[in-house]
Amino acid sequence: MYKMSNKLRLSAIIFMVVGVIGIAYGFLNAPSSKADAKEILEHKAAHGDSHAEEGNTHQVSEDNAHGSEHADEAHGDEHLEHAYHQMQNRPWSAVMVPMLFFFLIAVGALVFYAIQNVSQAGWSPVLFRVMQGISNYMLPGAILIYLFLILSSLHLNHLFVWMDPETVAHDEVIQEKTPYLNIPFFLIRSAVILLAWVGFRKILVSNSVKQDDELNLSLYKKNIKLSIAFLVTFIVTEAVVSWDWIMSIDTHWYSTLFPWFVFASMFVSAITTIALVTVYLKSKGYLEQVNDSHIHDLAKFMFAFSIFWTYLWFSQFMLIWYANMPEEVVYFVSRLENYKLMFFGIVAINFVGPLLILMNSDFKRINWLVVLTGILILVGHYFNFFLLIMPGTVGESWAIGIPEIGSVLFFLGLFIWFVFKGISKLSLVPKHSPFLKESQHYHY
Amino acid sequence: MANYTLQALYEDDDHLMKAVKETRSGNHHIEEVYTPFPVHGLDKAAGLKPTRMAITSFMYGVLGLGVAIWMMNFMMIDDWPRNIGGKPSFSYIQNMPAFVPIMFELTVFFAAHLMVITFYMRSKIWPFKKAENPDPRTTDDHFLMEVSAEKNNVQSVAEFLHATGAKEVTLKQS
Repeated sequence: MYKMSNKLRLSAIIFMVVGVIGIAYGFLNAPSSKADAKEILEHKAAHGDSHAEEGNTHQVSEDNAHGSEHADEAHGDEHLEHAYHQMQNRPWSAVMVPMLFFFLIAVGALVFYAIQNVSQAGWSPVLFRVMQGISNYMLPGAILIYLFLILSSLHLNHLFVWMDPETVAHDEVIQEKTPYLNIPFFLIRSAVILLAWVGFRKILVSNSVKQDDELNLSLYKKNIKLSIAFLVTFIVTEAVVSWDWIMSIDTHWYSTLFPWFVFASMFVSAITTIALVTVYLKSKGYLEQVNDSHIHDLAKFMFAFSIFWTYLWFSQFMLIWYANMPEEVVYFVSRLENYKLMFFGIVAINFVGPLLILMNSDFKRINWLVVLTGILILVGHYFNFFLLIMPGTVGESWAIGIPEIGSVLFFLGLFIWFVFKGISKLSLVPKHSPFLKESQHYHY
Repeated sequence: MANYTLQALYEDDDHLMKAVKETRSGNHHIEEVYTPFPVHGLDKAAGLKPTRMAITSFMYGVLGLGVAIWMMNFMMIDDWPRNIGGKPSFSYIQNMPAFVPIMFELTVFFAAHLMVITFYMRSKIWPFKKAENPDPRTTDDHFLMEVSAEKNNVQSVAEFLHATGAKEVTLKQS
């Protein structure tokens, strides 16, 4: 049995407390009225902030073209309104990015577990409890996400434009989409999906735990069937989740391979997290049956799925760049204009880094190199989620400051807390798993 | 000095593995081992150095990437930068997404083919090459280990090989 060390417990609590303070600071510092927003903009302009200045000159030149004082005023108002909403959205989006990121990591760990079950993998049973433990974060994560979605639909923020009836009234494109994008249906969809995921998790893990006590293959067979059902459900619902929670932020834009892209990102992060937790537990002497070959296999998965993510990233980018259709390309124009370094930086971090480090077969067995690459991948994919959400909610008013760091710390602390609590509730060796012996002697 | 080679024939890869280990710890020199299929762990047991084929492949891949970049930069940007459907051909980086599929394929092409050719050259395989097979049974279901011996200890080595479980031991003088 694993017992969460006091050090880990304390650092998780510190992360959460500091995170809450950071999040609170973000909400308190967001402008509560247009006047506040104006003050912030002027303050920025006075400090020679390039964003604000750019905005101003742009405004002037356009107004000159119109040649009317009235338009100048109206446009200034519009600009202020726009910036005001972006600034208000910032603390909300800052919370949303890590909230989704860590939740999807937990789900991805369960998906990986289900795949191992279905494929009857011989190498992984000694890691099952790590995967199940990571998926323990799913329940609190799902509750937080649902609360967040309810708050959004109560118009406490402007993350989802289509939720704002005034905007929809003037927007024919969104009107066409209201049969799908309306608040009741949206909340029902999310509730059903979250319940299904958490439910599958509960049954899969409890069957696996029951199997520890009885020598009974029927539970094992049941878990295989359940895993198949979960994987089929997951791949459909994951697409819905990507459309609802992420793609609907950019309501005017759509892309076909988007759900796959989100899946690749969450899956490589989940595998990386499994590897990191495994290396941690092993270094504490808990997983003595895990050897370098298991780490090697996880590192191979990290390597392969990093490349898979890049493949989808590039496929989505290149198809849209090549055809350059205005209604599609705005998505990337807004990212390239305001997030250029991050946009290409994540390709370097998530592709070139793992590619060059994990290509060598020997390196995949060196634990500290796997951990280093793992941290690189997790940071990179946090920024991938950042880029999925931020440009549509805060646009050019983005920054990486106290609200962002605070919410990452909060969810990191929460994640650590529930993951290691989850692992400490299970015995680390899944007894009576049919492939356990093979897994213990696994050697690559 | 005449060289003596003893050929020990085994019927089972487990016997062969055991024999290889014993022969090595008995300080006899293994010339070559012939098997009908890859025997897992044989290379380690026989003390062979790990292959460097993967490293050559990586270098060939880098070469292929370089060739692709140079070729398309010369053709599409330097030599005749035409406006083809509005694609920006002012610099390589501006039009790079369109070149990536070719960069990728040429990397794979060079890495794969040059590595295979390297393999053929290093293992000396080519069409019409005369097969170096000591015993045709080794291509079906037998395993053969060649051990070198001096003239004065041929008998003792032969006896040693018999003791490791060899079905037949034959002497080959060259």
